[in-house]
Amino acid sequence: MGRFILRRLLNYAVLLFVAISLTYLLAASQLNPRSLWELANPPIPAETIESSLRSKNLSDEVPLLQRYWTWLTGVLLHWDWGEAPRTGDVGPEIARRIGVSIRLITIGSLGGIALGVLVGAWTATKQYKISDRTITFLALAIFSVPVFVLISVVQVLATNFNDATGWRLFEFVGETGSVGDYPGAVLVDRIQHLALPTLVLVLANAAFFSRIQRNLMLDALGSDFVRTARAKGLPRRRAVMKHALRTSLIPTGTYFAFSVATLFLGSTFVEVLFSFHGMGEYAITSIQGQDVHGAVAVAAFGGVCVLVGATLSDFMVAALDPRVRVS
Amino acid sequence: MSTNNPLELIDEMPTPTHGANAPTSKRLSRRQLVVRRFLRNKTAVLGLLVLVVMALLAVFGPLISAWDYRDVDRTAFLSEPDSRHPFGTTQSGVDMFALTLRGLSKSLVIGLAVAVISTGIAAVVGAFAAYFGGWFERIALWVIDLLLVVPSFLIIAIMMSADRSGTNQSGFDRFVSAAPQWIVLVVLLALFGWMLAARVVRSLSLSVKEREYVQAARFMGIPAPVIIVRHILPNISSLLIIDATLNVAAAILAETSLSFFGFGVKPPDTSLGVLLGVGARQATTFPWLFVPPAVTVVLLILAVNAVGDGLRDALDPTSGSGGRV
Amino acid sequence: MTTATTSAGRRRTGAGDVVLSVRDLHVTFPSEAGDVRAVRGLDFDLRAGETMAIVGESGSGKSVTSLAVMGLHPASAQITGSVRLHGEEILDRDDAAMSKLRGKAMSMVFQDPLSALTPVYTVGDQIVEAIQLHRPMPAAQAWKEAVELLDLVGIPNPQARVRSFPHEFSGGMRQRAMIAMAIANDPDVIIADEPTTALDVTIQAQVLEVLKRAQRETGAAVIMITHDLGVVAGMADRVTVMYAGRPVEQGSVDDIYYRPQMPYTIGLLGSVPRLDAAERQPLATVEGNPPSVVNLPPGCPFAPRCPLAEEQCWTTEPALVEHSGSLARRVTAGPDSEAATVAGHAAACHLADRVVRDGLRYTDIFPVAEHAWSALEQVPREQRQPVLQISGLKRHYPLMKGAVLRRRVGTVYAVDGIDLEVREGETLGLVGESGCGKSTTLMEVLNFLPPTDGTITVLGKNPAALRGRARKELRRDLQIVFQDPMASLDPRMTVFDLIAEPLKAHGWSKADTAARVEELMATVGLDPSHVNRYPGQFSGGQRQRIGIARALALKPKLLVLDEPVSALDVSIQAGVINLLDQLKAELGLSYLFVAHDLAVIRHIADRVAVMYLGSIVEHGDVDQVYDNPRHPYTQALLSAIPIPDPETERTRERILLRGELPSPADPPSGCKFRTRCPRKLALPESDQERCVTEPPPLLPVGTDHTSACHFNDTDRHVDVVA
Repeated sequence: MGRFILRRLLNYAVLLFVAISLTYLLAASQLNPRSLWELANPPIPAETIESSLRSKNLSDEVPLLQRYWTWLTGVLLHWDWGEAPRTGDVGPEIARRIGVSIRLITIGSLGGIALGVLVGAWTATKQYKISDRTITFLALAIFSVPVFVLISVVQVLATNFNDATGWRLFEFVGETGSVGDYPGAVLVDRIQHLALPTLVLVLANAAFFSRIQRNLMLDALGSDFVRTARAKGLPRRRAVMKHALRTSLIPTGTYFAFSVATLFLGSTFVEVLFSFHGMGEYAITSIQGQDVHGAVAVAAFGGVCVLVGATLSDFMVAALDPRVRVS
Repeated sequence: MSTNNPLELIDEMPTPTHGANAPTSKRLSRRQLVVRRFLRNKTAVLGLLVLVVMALLAVFGPLISAWDYRDVDRTAFLSEPDSRHPFGTTQSGVDMFALTLRGLSKSLVIGLAVAVISTGIAAVVGAFAAYFGGWFERIALWVIDLLLVVPSFLIIAIMMSADRSGTNQSGFDRFVSAAPQWIVLVVLLALFGWMLAARVVRSLSLSVKEREYVQAARFMGIPAPVIIVRHILPNISSLLIIDATLNVAAAILAETSLSFFGFGVKPPDTSLGVLLGVGARQATTFPWLFVPPAVTVVLLILAVNAVGDGLRDALDPTSGSGGRV
Repeated sequence: MTTATTSAGRRRTGAGDVVLSVRDLHVTFPSEAGDVRAVRGLDFDLRAGETMAIVGESGSGKSVTSLAVMGLHPASAQITGSVRLHGEEILDRDDAAMSKLRGKAMSMVFQDPLSALTPVYTVGDQIVEAIQLHRPMPAAQAWKEAVELLDLVGIPNPQARVRSFPHEFSGGMRQRAMIAMAIANDPDVIIADEPTTALDVTIQAQVLEVLKRAQRETGAAVIMITHDLGVVAGMADRVTVMYAGRPVEQGSVDDIYYRPQMPYTIGLLGSVPRLDAAERQPLATVEGNPPSVVNLPPGCPFAPRCPLAEEQCWTTEPALVEHSGSLARRVTAGPDSEAATVAGHAAACHLADRVVRDGLRYTDIFPVAEHAWSALEQVPREQRQPVLQISGLKRHYPLMKGAVLRRRVGTVYAVDGIDLEVREGETLGLVGESGCGKSTTLMEVLNFLPPTDGTITVLGKNPAALRGRARKELRRDLQIVFQDPMASLDPRMTVFDLIAEPLKAHGWSKADTAARVEELMATVGLDPSHVNRYPGQFSGGQRQRIGIARALALKPKLLVLDEPVSALDVSIQAGVINLLDQLKAELGLSYLFVAHDLAVIRHIADRVAVMYLGSIVEHGDVDQVYDNPRHPYTQALLSAIPIPDPETERTRERILLRGELPSPADPPSGCKFRTRCPRKLALPESDQERCVTEPPPLLPVGTDHTSACHFNDTDRHVDVVA
């Protein structure tokens, strides 16, 4: 057994190594940190720029492979993911940002997924009734709206609400703002800031998962074992809830595990547009800021997330489906 | 298997035939059945209509528009919608209607091109991996894993944001910058858009490969590429059509997302994503900058998805959301 | 509506009273192509303790009937008529009311026991659920009952197996579990829908035995739905034959088998190859295929296939009436008629009186093909050239396990050292149950790849050593006909393209190809003008003919036939078998015929090899092996096969095998059959030791007959309980 786990981990390590190396080579050759200073006013002497870039291992005058080697040994030997051209070390920055992302996405994604699964399963049992048609169309509509459009619409609506009531109920920017001095104010402030991004995450996840769950549930509804359950005397409703729903949750489990792990980078728009300084936002700012090391670190983080998600979904299936449990 | 198709409950229903002795009955060809099932899905039909109208607008729209998307009306900067500019104008005095049309056509072209290319890659890689197995399959699967591990959004963003105008151009830079920006974007989106479909194609091909008519062809001595093209791919064409359709929506979504951050189509050219990138920041103050491209992109993706869902129901009656009988 | 009276009244019906009464049942489904009139007027009475069989081919409406009685059709189905349980109408009850009856008053055993059990719950969970639904009781007691039920249906070690998941059971065990669930609440009616169709014959024999025992224990009436006339002969008291949604003949099992009146029933019985037919029995060829029940034309639905059909058969559909006397009496008169009785023998045929009067048999009504003798058969076997030689063939596969952590955990000994030889002009039948290695053997012959061990020689050449042109030429001489004609013909190609495909691949010119395709169509009995149609437009039998035509295109010398008739309806099988017989004689072909149906093999093969767990256990001339089987497995196999003859079935003594086929990944030491061998149990201890340690070789027991048993001459065996 141990050997097989080891082999799998080894394959993951190789995949990650190749993926991250390719990303480094690409980022280091395509991004141009020098441009950040070249247009500065007053102009900075070329030698100063060059020495600063060299000290950060970012100079394009150093051969690419040499820079790669320096960077790689730094990562492998000292767990040093390098420096951003302006803002300092990448490592601590990432650590801080992961926390922000977790606080942002946990409620929204879990709630959205749970809601989606419930709605999808329910609509499947009501197939072709008005309620099913309406909800299915709504889910399709939300699923078709780009997240940034959804966010803009939510923000406009919230602004109008705030203006109409004259009461700043919804906050748009960042994790926290001006905290009042009544008891529990810290919590209230956080909730005010979290409400809108969470709403967006719930809507997006619920729309996606309700579509998946509805199809899975319809498959399960038509299966022979539901007929058997009814043949032994279970009323239709109970046969559906006990036999069809439980079985159709197996594939959902894999999607769930996978999407939870990949949500970190998936909520980029929410982070950028609500000014949460999480991992998703870092992906954008690092590229816009010609931050080679930052971009590579984000890519590495994303790769780890994908692999963790794949492993999680395997375990999820093993937990849910007795057929694949290793006896 | 789904309860909504009672024909399947009669598990051994013979297909109506024109056999020598069988009575002649109306037998619908598969194509007729697919069309009928599709037409019964009102959402999908509506989606198709919207799509056709949008395509016509994208092609012929510039003819009915008074302004070109490059024209600047010096008398109207950031003006609200009026009779001269039905959708208003931008900060630099460009007609929003013309811009939206231009963005629509760009986004449509990108979506279609990406869908065709990535589904094509998926079909070829998936089917060949399944048919040949062995080392070819292992390598293909490994490459798929690799591309899935690399965050594609990031890679495309890096590639698209690189400044290639500098003096020390590499051969690669020159090669990339020789093509128009949006074609580079199409290639990149397609390159990162085929992996999941290829996996599905592979697993379907594996089962088609085990079908007896494929084995029969093999035992007749027919060469492998011919078997793949003649027997395997046509029999997973339903999946490929559905995948391509849904890929159109995904590609448009990806394009707008990238362009929103400035990693996609670049000015002076425009796309729905570019317009939204500008418009979204001023949605509350100058809604006409935001609403036209937003409504267009939502309608477009919604229509494509509706058509995709309808096609899936029509082509694959065993899929969960199967067609109503 | 209250169901208290029904559920409270245990056994309100004495033996012989009517439990379930169905009158004028119609079931219609809306569909794309029009209304599917799946059942069009069915009447029957089911009496306590009795077994009634509903027999019919694909689409005859037999399964639809069972679901209609259980109230399990979707709402879109239109069901009319009357279904009375203990005299109470149940057709109009809602789901909640029906739920109280289902699983209690009437229960059901479905065809496919894998998909019919919920994969995520243990077998025990599912039986306990059935028990507690109708009889609230503490969980511990329900589990105890579940264990007792599993014991009753013959699951070994039920205490432990009750916690197993369905996928951990074999097919036969799952079906036993289904039966346990069906009898959990002592039902009055058990409906068994093709309960053994998915199982192997030795397992089928066990499960049928369990079903009989379950009926004895519960005293329930059984409706047995099947297409297998052999199973019916052994199980049923009365039989209803259905065709195109209508009952076409009804009566006692003896009436139906010995005095059939409806040409369809006669043809059906005449087209089944029989295991007990010593000579090559001529088979009735019923042309055409069952009609679609969408847009049925007027008249008798069997008329297009009936050689006797007259004018009136095409215009009016005959009623189901008795024909025993000169006066035809209507059997049923509507739901409330007191006169309604179905105890007699009735047939729906305008010509039944003539059939009865003239005593017409199937040979009188249907065309029958006599065995065609080829010139080669006159030549002694030793003087004919071998076309296929297999010696010491082994094929082992790695056994992989686990979805999360996939790894090799052992070796599957799929084929483990077999020798076979096919000579010119002869048919070698390769028989065995699923998992015995017969299909693997066939694929080894066709794959042209080196086997794990041993050699395969086709027409004197070693295919694995050939490359390029020589390999392609050998492919020409070796062709295959598959089991399922629908699966083996690409549905997107026309018949012309299908048959021309091998010709094109082997470089035939356009003109030659066209001529050859036409010739082939005629050879296999198809209308050459139909070459532009698609396979979907042909019936099952015709499709198989297309498959045969394609296999013959390149004028092969050896044809490998992989269960070529097992996917076809009974009435269609015979035509294909007759065609194969005739082609062999005309074209001097050799056949390697793989099948699980021993009756078909007896009919068509010259020599036979019986496989068990990767080895050949008995081999030789077909008549010698069938008439005087020496290996205990062959004996059990032959005795397990139901014969479509009620009298024989009643008097027959069956050798039931214990347990299931061991895993080919972990075959028993010594003789592979010893774990299930009824003969071994009759041996003295000292001899039994030999079975465990020493693998028996094939020993001669006749002129052309070998058997792999150390004790070929022992004729005792110990009976085991199913």
